[in-house]
Amino acid sequence: MSHSTDIIITTPSDREVAMTRVFEAPRRLVFEAFTSPDLLPQWLEAPGRVMTICEIDLRVGGAYRFVWSGPGKKDVGSYGVYRDVVPPARLVRTEAWEDWDAGEVVVTTEFAGDGPLTTVTVAAVFPSREIRDQVLAAGMKSGAATNYSRLEVVLARLQTVPA
Amino acid sequence: MTQSERLDATFAALADPTRRAILARLASGDATVTELCEPFDMSQPAISKHLKVLEHAGLISRSQDAQRRPRRLEGKPLVEATEWMERYRSQWEANFRRLDAVLKQLTSSRKTTRRPNSLGRPR
Repeated sequence: MSHSTDIIITTPSDREVAMTRVFEAPRRLVFEAFTSPDLLPQWLEAPGRVMTICEIDLRVGGAYRFVWSGPGKKDVGSYGVYRDVVPPARLVRTEAWEDWDAGEVVVTTEFAGDGPLTTVTVAAVFPSREIRDQVLAAGMKSGAATNYSRLEVVLARLQTVPA
Repeated sequence: MTQSERLDATFAALADPTRRAILARLASGDATVTELCEPFDMSQPAISKHLKVLEHAGLISRSQDAQRRPRRLEGKPLVEATEWMERYRSQWEANFRRLDAVLKQLTSSRKTTRRPNSLGRPR
């Protein structure tokens, strides 16, 4: 099949990061992989950590909680509520982080395509440009982080924000 | 400026379409303020304001030519911003490659429960 699996990353507004990627599967399967507590931990990792807790109440107003653990590392956890659930096309959820008071991120995931290929677009809107840039800049190797444990959370977050 | 502050300034500067257009113009060669004004329906003071933001972010500089003071594109902050993107990208690439494998497995295991010639549509 001749399609690109490159990730396209853009910053559509100063509070937002968006990501687009094509997958070789019909969208109901891709949607399932993003929302099933059995499947999500199989692929959504944080640096040096695998997902060890994955609780999902998949309905509008339903809550979720993810925790990642790794040997010798502090657990990182995120939680939030589903604001919109339209299988297999659209998913909107809020996201906040345990041990990090950065406010709420709104993550919209869209699944497009009616054949064997699905285009997934994930857009994360941060509470402010400062938070977005802080989160994203902390991913750089020589970022000036003063608090190690928070850096850990931020790095893990980099990996996990928009799923 | 710290690295985080530099990135902050870079992304703030890139958040405006006129400033992105100015950078795109400078990517094809140095240009004076007058030349930069031409493609835009904007006053010279308005353009100068944008140039100041770009200059503060280190994205452009002024050449030595004292008469014309052409603006020049500076690559370093853009490289830094791109590296940030690359790290973000490479982490997500790892996640999505794992997702590819999960989907491949799902697709083949579900296929066995489907009738032949179903064209992959759900029943």
